[in-house]
Amino acid sequence: MNTATLTATLTRLGALGRAELTLLLRNRSAVFTSLLMPVFFVVITRTSMSGVDLEETGTSANGAVMTGGIGIVLILVVYTNLVSAYVARREELLLKRLRTGEPTDAEILGGTALPSVLIALLQCLVLLAAGVAALNVGAPARADLLLLGVLLGCVMLTGLAAATSAVTRSPESAQITVMPLMLVSLAASGLMIPLEIFPDPVADVCRLLPLTSVMELVRFGWLGGGSAGEVLRALGLAVVWTVLSVFAVRRWFRWEPRR
Amino acid sequence: MRDADRHETAIEARGLWRRYGPPGPGGFDAVRGLDFTVARGELFALLGTNGAGKTSTVELLEGLDRPSRGTVRVLGHDPATERAKVRPRIGIMLQEGGFPGDLTVAETLRMWAGLTTDPRPQGEALDLVRLTARASVRVKQLSGGEKRRLDLAMALLGRPEVLFLDEPTTGMDAEGRRDTWRVVRELTARGTTVLLTTHYLEEAEELADRLAIMRAGRIVAAGTPQEVTASRPSRIRFTLPAHVPPARLPLAVPAAADGHRVEVRTDRLQEALTDLLLWAREEDVELAGLDARSASLEEAFLEITQRDRDAADDAAAAEEHAEVSA
Repeated sequence: MNTATLTATLTRLGALGRAELTLLLRNRSAVFTSLLMPVFFVVITRTSMSGVDLEETGTSANGAVMTGGIGIVLILVVYTNLVSAYVARREELLLKRLRTGEPTDAEILGGTALPSVLIALLQCLVLLAAGVAALNVGAPARADLLLLGVLLGCVMLTGLAAATSAVTRSPESAQITVMPLMLVSLAASGLMIPLEIFPDPVADVCRLLPLTSVMELVRFGWLGGGSAGEVLRALGLAVVWTVLSVFAVRRWFRWEPRR
Repeated sequence: MRDADRHETAIEARGLWRRYGPPGPGGFDAVRGLDFTVARGELFALLGTNGAGKTSTVELLEGLDRPSRGTVRVLGHDPATERAKVRPRIGIMLQEGGFPGDLTVAETLRMWAGLTTDPRPQGEALDLVRLTARASVRVKQLSGGEKRRLDLAMALLGRPEVLFLDEPTTGMDAEGRRDTWRVVRELTARGTTVLLTTHYLEEAEELADRLAIMRAGRIVAAGTPQEVTASRPSRIRFTLPAHVPPARLPLAVPAAADGHRVEVRTDRLQEALTDLLLWAREEDVELAGLDARSASLEEAFLEITQRDRDAADDAAAAEEHAEVSA
């Protein structure tokens, strides 16, 4: 990609992102999901984890809450929001219209995702700052792994959101179609309940879930720990899920309402 | 327009088919073997009743879908596989919507400008379609006609060489329609190629250099508006006095009578009318409500689509018959 096409791509992503941000801020339920729900879930997690003794796993409760919070932000702000956004834009025929213009398919999907991803990244920064400054979690052990985990999580969940939109007929039914991945992730990917408290065979299955690999990268990156093998496995799984989600979008994404 | 492009073909469709659904009886061929070309600077209108395949065809020309058979070229490129080459040079007005209701007119246009190479100033585009006064209104509060104007403004934003207009004036009032025609005429005068679909035959007659009438996925009549109407019979209508039975009409006049109301359909309007009037003077017959006219595009269209309905009725009857005998 040369400089001119890169500039054109960035201009188009900016135009799409700006319009989508305007829409997001004018949509009360999206504002609620993006800004208040993560806070609510992080507070609940904090309450529930205070009763769990994590000392022997080497993880502080605050560390588990803050890293789990990053996962909660990703699933609520990126995934849940974007399923509704893609469905709404499809049903109002905006996606079809955008395809009559110059942006590529990837730019349309990326531009639509941009505001949600940026809001999620900002909230992750807030969690990081709160953890380091106020909750004694400590600075990230490997900032590169933390960043990589969060970015892979954003791309993977954007892809999974686009794929989920293909089986969602209306913005209202998005509240139901997001449930499977959201509930499974909250319960079994280490977002609200540390995997360490599950029996080993169960924990091993949970490690194969899409968001678990992202969460492991985030924990290894912020809190440290994780052998080279564990890091590589998490990284490999995260990449596999990301590639699968992109494949699913290419195969099943719908640009127009069913007629 | 570059010199080399002059007199070139802007749009070319060859053996175009579009199929929805699976092979076999579960699927449906909306477009069945279309061939046509649109020259640069020409305004070409696609006409047809609902379901004739107009929009299915236009979507293939726009590159929104690939044909199941055949080829499309727009400005020399495949609009589906070479999207990046074609898109900056064309403008598309879809048949409906495609706006988020919660953006204002100005915000919608600003977004589209950000997606367009070398866009017109947004104020100029709004002026063109006379929507300037509504710039800060949310799209969901616009009337149907105003949405069509916004749609047109967006299609014009990139100063397209080829413009696709799918039912551009549906939902507009008479004034809006006139405004849109004026804009389209100004564009074609400056060399823009336009492909138009419309329900309004008056619109096609007014604007089109050439047109094609589609029926069940095929083109069944094509040419200039004059050519298409010239191939249709002219019509004479009148009412005979009560004491003159239609059987007394001269044999040279091919008439169909309903009581004393007579309708004559003829390819030779002047001759038939002369025969009729001479006969009427000789016999001293008064032809009440005499009305003679050449075929209009509307009549040509109705005749063609009526033929379609008759054929469909025949097919349905045959099917029913087959079911009964089975």
